[in-house]
Amino acid sequence: MASSSAAGAGSTDPTAARRNTKRPKYSKFTQQELPACKPILTPRAVISAFLLVSVVFVPIGVAALIASRKVVEIVYRYESKCIPSNVTDRVAYIQSSADKTCRISLDVTKHMKSPIYVYYQLDNFYQNHRRYVKSRSDEQLRDRSEEGSTSACKPEDTANGKPIVPCGLIAWSLFNDTYSFFRGNKNLTVNKKGISWKSDREHKFGKDVFPKNFQNSSIRGGASLNESIPLSEQEDLIVWMRTAALPTFRKLYGKIEVDLNEGDTINVTLQNNYNTYSFSGRKKLVLSTTSWLGGKNDFLGIAYLTVGGLCFFLALAFTIVYFVKPRQLGDPSYLSWNRNPGGH
Amino acid sequence: MKRYVYIDDDESSHDIYCDNRISNRKYTVLNFLPKNLWEQFSRFMNQYFLLIACLQLWPLITPVNPASTWGPLIFIFAVSASKEAWDDYNRYLSDKKANEKEVWVVKKSVKKLIQAQDIHVGNIVWLRENDEVPSDLVLIGTSDPQGVCYVETAALDGETDLKTRVIPSACMGIDVELLHKIKGVIECPSPDKDIRRFDANMRLFPPFIDNDICPLTIKNTILQSCYLRNTEWACGVAVYTGNETKMGMSRGIPEPKLTAMDAMIDKLTGAIFIFQIVVVLVLGVAGNVWKDTEAKQQWYVLYPHEGPWYELLVIPLRFELLCSIMIPISIKVSLDLVKSLYAKFIDWDHQMIDLETSIPSNATNTAISEDLGQVEYILTDKTGTLTENKMIFRRCCISGNFYGNENGDALKDVELLNAVSSGSSDVIRFLTVMAICNTVIPTPSKTGDILYKAQSQDEDALVHAAARLHMVYFNKSGNILGIKFNSSILQYEVLETLEFTSERKRMSVVVKDCQNGKILLLSKGADEAILPYARTGQQTRHFIEAVEQYAHLGLRTLCLAWRELKRDEYREWSLMFKEASSTLVDREWRVADVCQRVEHDLDILGVTAIEDRLQDGVPETIETLRKAGINFWMLTGDKQNTAIQIALSCNFISPEPKGQLLSIDGKTQDDVCRSLERVLRTMRITTSEPKDVAFVVDGWALEIALNHYRKAFTELAVLARTAICCRVTPSQKAQLVQILKSCDYRTLAIGDGGNDVRMIQQADIGVGISGREGLQAARAADYSIGKFRFLKRLILVHGRYSYNRTAFLSQYSFYKSLLICFIQIFFSFISGVSGTSLFNSVSLMAYNVFYTSVPVLVSVLDKDLSEKTVMQHPQILFYCQAGRLLNPSTFAGWFGRSLFHAIVVFVISIHAYAYDKSEMEEVSMVALSGCIWLQAFVVTMETNSFTILQHMAIWGNLAAFYAINWIFSALPSSGMYTIMFRLCRQPSYWIAIFLMVAAGMGPILGIKYFRYTYRPSKINTLQQAERLGGPILSLGTIEPQQRSIEKDVSTLSITQPKNRNPVYEPLLSDSPNATRRSFGAGTPFDFFQSQSRLTHSTSYTRNCKDN
Repeated sequence: MASSSAAGAGSTDPTAARRNTKRPKYSKFTQQELPACKPILTPRAVISAFLLVSVVFVPIGVAALIASRKVVEIVYRYESKCIPSNVTDRVAYIQSSADKTCRISLDVTKHMKSPIYVYYQLDNFYQNHRRYVKSRSDEQLRDRSEEGSTSACKPEDTANGKPIVPCGLIAWSLFNDTYSFFRGNKNLTVNKKGISWKSDREHKFGKDVFPKNFQNSSIRGGASLNESIPLSEQEDLIVWMRTAALPTFRKLYGKIEVDLNEGDTINVTLQNNYNTYSFSGRKKLVLSTTSWLGGKNDFLGIAYLTVGGLCFFLALAFTIVYFVKPRQLGDPSYLSWNRNPGGH
Repeated sequence: MKRYVYIDDDESSHDIYCDNRISNRKYTVLNFLPKNLWEQFSRFMNQYFLLIACLQLWPLITPVNPASTWGPLIFIFAVSASKEAWDDYNRYLSDKKANEKEVWVVKKSVKKLIQAQDIHVGNIVWLRENDEVPSDLVLIGTSDPQGVCYVETAALDGETDLKTRVIPSACMGIDVELLHKIKGVIECPSPDKDIRRFDANMRLFPPFIDNDICPLTIKNTILQSCYLRNTEWACGVAVYTGNETKMGMSRGIPEPKLTAMDAMIDKLTGAIFIFQIVVVLVLGVAGNVWKDTEAKQQWYVLYPHEGPWYELLVIPLRFELLCSIMIPISIKVSLDLVKSLYAKFIDWDHQMIDLETSIPSNATNTAISEDLGQVEYILTDKTGTLTENKMIFRRCCISGNFYGNENGDALKDVELLNAVSSGSSDVIRFLTVMAICNTVIPTPSKTGDILYKAQSQDEDALVHAAARLHMVYFNKSGNILGIKFNSSILQYEVLETLEFTSERKRMSVVVKDCQNGKILLLSKGADEAILPYARTGQQTRHFIEAVEQYAHLGLRTLCLAWRELKRDEYREWSLMFKEASSTLVDREWRVADVCQRVEHDLDILGVTAIEDRLQDGVPETIETLRKAGINFWMLTGDKQNTAIQIALSCNFISPEPKGQLLSIDGKTQDDVCRSLERVLRTMRITTSEPKDVAFVVDGWALEIALNHYRKAFTELAVLARTAICCRVTPSQKAQLVQILKSCDYRTLAIGDGGNDVRMIQQADIGVGISGREGLQAARAADYSIGKFRFLKRLILVHGRYSYNRTAFLSQYSFYKSLLICFIQIFFSFISGVSGTSLFNSVSLMAYNVFYTSVPVLVSVLDKDLSEKTVMQHPQILFYCQAGRLLNPSTFAGWFGRSLFHAIVVFVISIHAYAYDKSEMEEVSMVALSGCIWLQAFVVTMETNSFTILQHMAIWGNLAAFYAINWIFSALPSSGMYTIMFRLCRQPSYWIAIFLMVAAGMGPILGIKYFRYTYRPSKINTLQQAERLGGPILSLGTIEPQQRSIEKDVSTLSITQPKNRNPVYEPLLSDSPNATRRSFGAGTPFDFFQSQSRLTHSTSYTRNCKDN
């Protein structure tokens, strides 16, 4: 009520003020008359939109599917096979200091072009758990002088009164199974350089930050770290610290930079150290080639084909309905106003 | 409670009464923050947000950075607080200006210049011409020898004409020098806000001779914020100061109005809140169970075995925070923003500028535009609202002779002119009453013409007409009136003025004819206030006929009468009158009682008929709005027949046989009850027929009905689409609004005068016409417009668009919040129900505040139908009235849509980015991009008309999303470093996004298309017709040519009397055997007045038709 307060103070003569009111300025915006395009959903537009989508989607779907199918993937689930059959308490076995070496062999069923990516896959492992995902200190990882900033890392922040580097549950639970590959008796080298993101190596993990006081607390977690190598070169850790959004995830272990031929048998010697037995998680070893879409994943291809197909079906259905039951748009006969005005 | 004001003795009053410091401020510097915060936190939504923000300070439970809630919260609070502070600062400045204004004041008999704020009760304040009055004063002296001064009261009541104020008789003749030394006491009531009453007494102390008590009225005061005009100086005693003045007391902050839409949004918010609580409880329990079973085995999570007791609460509270965005914090800001834009559109609208005065329309209340689109009842005043309030004297009947019936203008009637020039005594008396029975002040202008300052338009018309008939009222000096008749000058001395009140419905003056010393009582007033007091033996039949005939033509009638008073009679009566006018208690009633004692045995002179023309475009406006399903009630202080006639001529009611008018009348409770029941029965029967049934009720019957038969009357109010209430008082108008509001109808009250203010404030929407009766109504109103016909545009264009836009905006706000919230909920199921947030803080905050609120803001430019189409098919307003665009079921649609979109986004994100790609930040950005893309397409889909601004906002926003995220991705310190660059290089990202868009929008497009084509709503059909240019545009030319209607109206008023049977039945509503009366041939509707008939309802309808 601007008027009443002005009048209350009586500072201005309201009548005069009113008379002098300027006509509001004219513009297309103020008159809400900006030129506008007003599309409507005509059958032609809608049917062609659906047709267009299906025409675009089906080929993409086919391409995606082909790409995914071309990827050769060997998946080997080993967490139960690598437990000696006489062991009943698997958790106790995995936590014991016994030799947990395990040998498996993989058959290459199709030619695999290098580079071949070696992943380990964990199922039912919640890297996205709130307690877990927050338990890290990016400052500490990046900067040597921030060694003490471990407040976010609880409960793995300090051990024996000193800060842990790298602190937190994520680092603490670092995956520690190792694999070595042989084709026949010949060692297949696995390149473990460059498996992490370049940006992480350069900006997130300090070149002068060395592990300290790691895995020294009462309960031992996963892998230990070589205290003479800076964090920026601890690529397994860097990969592990990129937490996964899903409880099933693969993490890059290394790259095999030679082609594998159809019929080759790959012998893998693995150290089965990581405890997934207490929560019945699965461990898998994955060898996979890659395509322009990434690894083997049929989802996108199938989804594109489905959506494209459905759109085509809808376009067809609308066309049929359009011809069977034509309906004039904007027919005034639909405009009967004989509603009951009081009836609401 | 009384106060005693001792003149020029401010020692005694210093402590008791406040000084003259005006304060309109709500806050002080110290209490601003607490008070403003307290006010803001009295709203549920704000409390909710505060609670969430506080919970977020607990790092154990907060999923994201607290800044994501605190930032927007502080922003919102800062915006509203600074708006308040700015308003208050402006008030402070204007207060300061008024407070520091310098005025001349007599203190201790010394005249000095002080600041206005230092005036105390009892000080004598001196004012010069054109000064503003600083406090409420009782006049004690003016420059005018007669003790008169003129004030302009526009700031107080909006009336722009000058009013006269006189000094009390006790102060008459005191010398200017002595005014400094005057002493006395004024006994006056405690401060109140009635600007029309001041019942006080004054007694001067010796040596000022007149030691008697002298009564004071409002005529002896000049009130704060008036201006002194046409008077060299005036002085007065301050009686009320500061915030205790009449002006100060009547200030008040009107209660904020809440629109139906706001109420619905609040309801939906409540529902969402309950949904949220349920989700939180379910997830909280699930989370605790998961924690106790699964998480204990997940060694890497390292849950302690024993936790403190509050551990149980942690997970539910986490989910509460995670879900807190379900209630979007941005909705309040967005709504406030768009609402003020709606108001601006009204202010800016060039088609709603009154071309005569070039006053644009104005939306004072910026918060209720949506309600305009949901109006169901319009309660309108008649005079000045439907009519122009330009009174023109048209006809008269002097002692049985009708003048002006032939050509419609008595001033050009040769017979009357002849009668005037021949000096017929009846005619001359008639003209004399016309000229001087009023409170008009003639002032000579420079050109020699005479300007009249009249308080009422009727008086103005009468005086002008008298002048045209050679009876020129040219001078008023003190109590002496000068009249020029032909060439002779006649003088009259006004002895008393018996003022007009709405209860008495007449006014009189007692004058002394200076030529022969005779004392005359001249009266004018409504027929029922004059005719019953005719002297015995006078035939009033002619006058009754005349009144009735004029009323049929929609003319306003006044009866003029006079009587010669004997000197003794006058003397005796004037003593009583003086006594009555000096009483403090019930003065109005006492005065009326005394007036009654002299206003009898009147010699009726004749009847005047004054035309008040309909405003341009009123019939079309009413017709259009009624087609839009809005019911009209006319509430007028005018008489029944005039009201009905106006109602007919402006399409308010339909003539027979289409329409039917039922009357509720009666003088006693029983009569009213019977009549009410009868009307109700008819209404119930006829609701099914396509017939316009209206009822008419007068103030008396209405009072009884409201007091004793409220329930029945309420039922009637619901059934009747149209009603005419005549002779109603301002408070009855407000009560009627109250009744309709109590039945949950949206009401709009429109009026122009001070008597409409209460109704305007009471109604959901008050519209004021800034017309001739001043600005009082326009001030109190939420919207002020120049002409009644703008109402059509106000409702159909502005109201409707506002409703549509807000409906979309609010539901969309919930949609987008729910969308992101559902994704978080889904994610919690794959993250061990632990309350992890998929999205990071920056994204969450920017999503709500920026990415999704900008595109939707430009929906204020959206128009589903063009203005022209809406005007042609006003019926389309039904969708707004019935709330078809925002209700639980449309909301359920949006809810479902957000659930569907959340599923699409979530499923595609986690499957396309599975296994080796399942990196948290990447998945999060894929999902967020999906949401942004989907919302851009949703806005596109729901937009009906794209202007360049909309394209810019929708697609620009999408581009801005990428730009902003690239910037964040370029900062090494941010959590999202390089993420967005990585994603944008991956073909799978784009493929996933397009998949989300196609899968999310495809079904919606399909459903929308199907409904649009095969189950079209009326809006859709009109859209199609409008845009395809189909036959509909030629079909629906509902709007008739303005000219032709006007012609119809004028022919009606000219031709009807000729066709009509010249003999009229007497129209006395209390005659017991008066049955149904027809208005004669060509009179268009049924009119029931009987109580005796129709006791059995079965014969009722038949009877009507037979007759």
